[in-house]
Amino acid sequence: MSHSSEQLIDLRVAITGGTSGLGLALVRELRRRGARVAFVARTRERVDAVAREQPGTHGIVGDVAAKEDIHPIALQIATALGGLDVLVNNASSLGPAPLALLADTECEDFAIALETNVLGPFRLTRALLGALTASAREGRGAVVVNISSDAAVNAYAQWGAYGASKAALRHMSAIWNEELAGSGVRFLSLDPGDMDTPLHALAIPDADPATLTRPEAAARELTDAIAAALAREHA
Amino acid sequence: MIAAASAVQRPAHARLLVIGADGGIAHAPRANLPGFLQPGDLVIANDAATLPASLHGVHVRSGMPIEARLAGRSSLVREDVRFAAVLFGAGDWRIRTEDRPSPPPLAPGDRLALGPLRATVEGTLGHQRLVALKFEGAADAVWAGIARHGRPIQYAYLDRDLALWDVWTPIAALPVAFEPPSAGFALDWKLIGALRARDVEFATITLAAGISSTGDPALDARLPLDEPYRIAESTAAAIRRAKARGGRIVAVGTTVVRGLEHARGRAGTGLADQRIGPDTRLRVVDAILSGTHEPHESHYQLLRAFQGDDVLVRASAALEAAHYRTHEFGDSVLLFSSPRPKSISIDRPQRRRDNSACSTVRSKRPQHHELEHPAAARERSGAQPGDRRFRRVAPGP
Repeated sequence: MSHSSEQLIDLRVAITGGTSGLGLALVRELRRRGARVAFVARTRERVDAVAREQPGTHGIVGDVAAKEDIHPIALQIATALGGLDVLVNNASSLGPAPLALLADTECEDFAIALETNVLGPFRLTRALLGALTASAREGRGAVVVNISSDAAVNAYAQWGAYGASKAALRHMSAIWNEELAGSGVRFLSLDPGDMDTPLHALAIPDADPATLTRPEAAARELTDAIAAALAREHA
Repeated sequence: MIAAASAVQRPAHARLLVIGADGGIAHAPRANLPGFLQPGDLVIANDAATLPASLHGVHVRSGMPIEARLAGRSSLVREDVRFAAVLFGAGDWRIRTEDRPSPPPLAPGDRLALGPLRATVEGTLGHQRLVALKFEGAADAVWAGIARHGRPIQYAYLDRDLALWDVWTPIAALPVAFEPPSAGFALDWKLIGALRARDVEFATITLAAGISSTGDPALDARLPLDEPYRIAESTAAAIRRAKARGGRIVAVGTTVVRGLEHARGRAGTGLADQRIGPDTRLRVVDAILSGTHEPHESHYQLLRAFQGDDVLVRASAALEAAHYRTHEFGDSVLLFSSPRPKSISIDRPQRRRDNSACSTVRSKRPQHHELEHPAAARERSGAQPGDRRFRRVAPGP
C-alpha cells in the first residue's frame, strides 16, 4: 500500500481526544484524505455529534486515563477498522486547571496528568501493539504518533505536571521506537506548537488567538508527517 | 498434572516439554524455546484477540435470567453480528454446570436483553442450549455493547475472575476469538526478538477460536464449532519461503494447525470445519507449541496427527511424573511431527535420521485436490490458486 502525501486512501487511523481541538481537526483532515478513522472521547454527546458530522467515521466513548476502559476501546478500534495502521495518542490533560506552580500542585492533579498523558498512551499502545505489528508484517506500515509539546523539553513555570508528563511521553516514544524498530512499528513524538484549542484556553485564558496556530493547520502538518513516515517504511 | 490456578500468562518458571521428531523427550525452561528451533524455521501464531463473550441478561418473554456465551461465528466481517451461542440459566460460572438451572425454553423469535444489547434467537443449532443469536442495531453499537457489557469466559479452576487483559495474548490484534488462543500466552516480545535473532521467522494468522468446553457432554461432542479465519498474503509468502529452504512450520496452538491445514497454507479467508486426528495427514505444519493436553480432551486428538500413540503416551507420563501444570495458564509442549505418515511407520528407523526427506516426499504429492471445502474455496476467491505456487517452490526430488 502506498500513499501520496495528500491521499491516504484506506489507511486505518485511530485518534484519541477526537472531539475537540487538534484531535477533531485530525479526524476531519484524515477523513478528507480518504483514511478510515476511529476516534475516542469521553463524552457520548460529543462523540455522537462528531460521528454525525463526519459520516463513515467510528466514534468510541471511553476515557484513556481509565485502566478499565483501555481494552474495550482497543476492541472497538480494531473491530471498527479491521486492524490498525496508525494510532494518534492525542488526548491530553493539563493537570491542575488553572495552571499552578509545582509547589501548589495537588498530587491528585499530577496523577491525572500522568494517567492521561503517559499511562493512557502506554496502555493503549500495548493493547493495540498486536494489531500494529500485524499491519507492519503485512507491509502496510505501522506508526504511533504521540502528541508532544515544547513543555516536554523546556522548563516553564506553572507547567510542571503537564511538562513532566509530556517529557515522559516523549522519552517513552523514543524507547518504544528503539525497541520496536525490528517489528516495523515507528514512533513519532510531534509538537504541534501553541494552538487555539480548548486545552490552551484552559491554560492561558487571555491568550490572543491571533498569535496561536489554528488546529486545522497543525492537523495538516501532522498528517503530512504521518504520510512521510509511512512512505519511509515503504522506501 | 496440576491445574495452573493463577492467571499469569508467563510465570517465571514456566516449563517446556519437547518431543522431537524421533519421539525423544527433553525438559527445558519455556524461555529456551528458540533453542529448539533452527534458523529458517517459521513460527506462526494466532493473533486473534479474545472477546468478552459472556453476556448476562434476561429472556424477555419469561423474564428469567440467562447467560449467553458467544461461541462461534461464520465470518470475521464486522457487520456480521450473528453468533452461535451457548445458553445457561441463572447463576454464573462459580456454580458447577451440572448444578446450574437450565435456561428457560426458547422459541425462534424470542428476544434476549443483555445489558445494553438486544438479540433475537433465530433458532437452535442441533441442541436446545446451542442457538443462533442475531444482535439488533448498527454494528458499531453492537460491538460497543459487547465491549462494555461482556466479560471474558471464566474458568472455575482459577483463583480469581479474569479481566480482558488477562486473556489477550501479547500479539492480540483482531478481537474475534471466543476463548483465548492460549498457546500464545507463551509469546512475549522478548521471545519474538529472540526468534528473530536466531533467524527464525514469525508470522500470524487470525482464527476466531471457539469455545473449548461447555460442561455438557452432548454439547461438547459438537466442538470445535466451525471457525472463520484469515491468512494474510505475507504469511502465505513466509510459508512458501520456509518450505523452499527446508525450514519447519511451527504452529502456536491447535487453532493455527486447524487454520493452516484447512487453507493448505494459502492466503485468503475461510471457515475451518474439519477435525484433525490420528488419520489426518499434515500438509503444512511440522510442529506445534501447545498447552499440556490430557488424553480425555478434544485437543489431544489433534496431537495424534503429529505423533503415534506410543510417543504421546510416553509424553503424557513424562508430564505427569514431572508435575507439569495444565490448563490455559499452564506449561507448554513443543511437539514435532514424526517424519513420515504413520500409516507406513514400519520403516521408521530408516527415515528418522533425515528430517528433510519428509518435505521432499510430501511436496511431490498432489497437495490440493482433495478435501477442499467449497465454502472456503468460494471465500478464497481473489487469492491465487495455490497449487502452482506450491509446486514452484517445492524442493526438487
